[in-house]
Amino acid sequence: MRRHIPVLLLGATLIVGLFLPLATRASAPGFWMEVLLGGLMAGVLYSLVALGFVLIFKASGVFNFAQGAMVLFAALAVARLSEAMPLWLAIVLAALIMVALAMLIERLVLRPLVNQEGVTLLMATLGVTYFLDGLGQTLWGSDIYRIELGIAREPVMILDGVFQGGILINRDDVAAAAVAVILVAALALFFQKTNTGRALRAVADDHQAAQSIGIPLNRIWVIVWSVAGLVAIVAGVIWGGKLGVQFSLSQVALKALPVVILGGFTSVPGAIVGGLIIGVGEKMAEVFLGPPLVKAFDLAGGGIENWFAYVLALLFLLVRPEGLFGERNIDRV
Amino acid sequence: MFYRENGQFKSSYRADQQMLPILQDRIFMLVLAAFAFLAVPYLASDYLFLSILVPFLILALAAIGLNLLVGYCGQISIGHAAFMAVGAYAAYNLVVRAPELNFLVVLVLAGLMAAAVGMVFGIPSLRIKGLYLAVATLAAQFFMDWVFARVKWFTNYEHSGSVSPGPIELFGWRIDTPVEKYEFLLAILIVFTIIAKNLVRGHLGRAWMATRDMDVAAEVIGIRPVYAKLTAFGISSFFCGVAGALWGFVHLGSWEPLAFNLTLSLNLLFMIIIGGMGSILGAYFGAAFIVALPVLLNQIPQMLGAPISTATASHLESMIFGALIILFLIVEPNGLARLWALGKEKLRLWPFPH
Repeated sequence: MRRHIPVLLLGATLIVGLFLPLATRASAPGFWMEVLLGGLMAGVLYSLVALGFVLIFKASGVFNFAQGAMVLFAALAVARLSEAMPLWLAIVLAALIMVALAMLIERLVLRPLVNQEGVTLLMATLGVTYFLDGLGQTLWGSDIYRIELGIAREPVMILDGVFQGGILINRDDVAAAAVAVILVAALALFFQKTNTGRALRAVADDHQAAQSIGIPLNRIWVIVWSVAGLVAIVAGVIWGGKLGVQFSLSQVALKALPVVILGGFTSVPGAIVGGLIIGVGEKMAEVFLGPPLVKAFDLAGGGIENWFAYVLALLFLLVRPEGLFGERNIDRV
Repeated sequence: MFYRENGQFKSSYRADQQMLPILQDRIFMLVLAAFAFLAVPYLASDYLFLSILVPFLILALAAIGLNLLVGYCGQISIGHAAFMAVGAYAAYNLVVRAPELNFLVVLVLAGLMAAAVGMVFGIPSLRIKGLYLAVATLAAQFFMDWVFARVKWFTNYEHSGSVSPGPIELFGWRIDTPVEKYEFLLAILIVFTIIAKNLVRGHLGRAWMATRDMDVAAEVIGIRPVYAKLTAFGISSFFCGVAGALWGFVHLGSWEPLAFNLTLSLNLLFMIIIGGMGSILGAYFGAAFIVALPVLLNQIPQMLGAPISTATASHLESMIFGALIILFLIVEPNGLARLWALGKEKLRLWPFPH
């Protein structure tokens, strides 16, 4: 029980911080709800990127720094292909490209580096990141592209009766959230019910044991990198539809790193919950904590969302090194 | 034939424990230093100085610093450009607010400031390790980027947010031509190389290496992990802080907060991977490789006569860069320093191998 006290303290602080603007009447309830929803939406996108990380880490022990680059690559592919063909066809083609990419990565990067240390593999994925960033922009161009999802842009007003002024909410945000939920459900089904999913979980549990009962490791890696590629397409399309496809996408994806350490490297629910916490936390901090900070220290503008996620994740790590839902048997120092 | 150590008998502890025990190595290093100090200024052009040699010398210093932490102590950091930034801004503020200080004193104070910040961000390493720690060090990167972009005091209330201290002066010597910059940096790099070389073979270096190889075993034989890890973070940040101050004052001249961004951190990491983890020499090789590669890649399209737009060239460059990293990891995970050591082994037997 004593172990949990710091965790509880941190959790309580966060929850109090979340409701503080409301309690002190620093903001109208409607505005607060809007910030909360905006944070949740951003969180969904972080979760999607984090999901790719977690899948690959679980199955192959590789910390895939290239997930952000994969999101950018997939989004660029969809954006440019959809100029010449309908969106669904572009997505299918992009999916094929991502599968081919997964095979190439497995063959050219992972297989020669099998049994290397985690750090070496991390560096290799950094190399993949540079390669993909360059390749994507050479192949598809480096301007800003749009992905037209065919969803009306104007926000809808909900709950006008409950709050004064109601809440403005974007339709594409709602669609994004729905897609994310469907994706997670599909992944859960895939992992729990199919043979391949079981094999994946076995590999995640113990590489050697899985191999000794005849599960082909190489094929599993291809599958898991393909799945991560598909998740990258979903994240890329949603994000690209919202903000346009450009190079900064791969940078924004760096936000998924604190999400994975918050949620635990090996936990799918952790990625989702962590993403939502980070999303809400940083939006709330930016809107309600930023202005007082700027005033108090005479800063040249806010922008604390750039580091808030990392500091939040660090605090979490200090009290709970394995993350929210990570495995307990982490190496303690 | 020439590279033989037989016949070189050590008859005192002093001789046995010197930094370069083999006579030929000592001669080689002296010749190399003399060449670098005396001959290179006449041979190299200003372009070569400013685009390759000056950044190479500074980044080699930073890479040595990072190597102390990652290569010797085994704690990965993806945020070391942040400590370079701390050094640069600390030096700037010292120069602006206390102009009477000698620049060498400023350098040391800037390094100490970076060391203090580095130790604060090294605290998570006591609780977590490996990849978790790597991500945690990113917090330093983003937090420091933000601090120097937003807190006006650090940039002396400049409106643009970028700072431009004048050229540095040392005992009345104004360092502003490429050759002077080169000589000054070379002298500093040599001093710091000797410091690093002696650190890693002393008790501190052995404590770091024991912690790297197996932290539990290190603790059992009486090495305090807190001490080992925090000193590694502190000293490594000190090197990077000095390098950052030099990067700002000597190489860039004027800079904005984004000069010390994540890309620089990753480049530092690449330098020590390509050069060789846990090798001072490797930091030199890695820095040379990473500094020279973009310049060379820029030359290739011109040489082939194929007109490629600068955008395409930079994308191709990033592709080749990424591919080379992967290739290096697969072919020689121990880096260029390992190739150098192999070459030396071969040279010992040459020309009569067995």
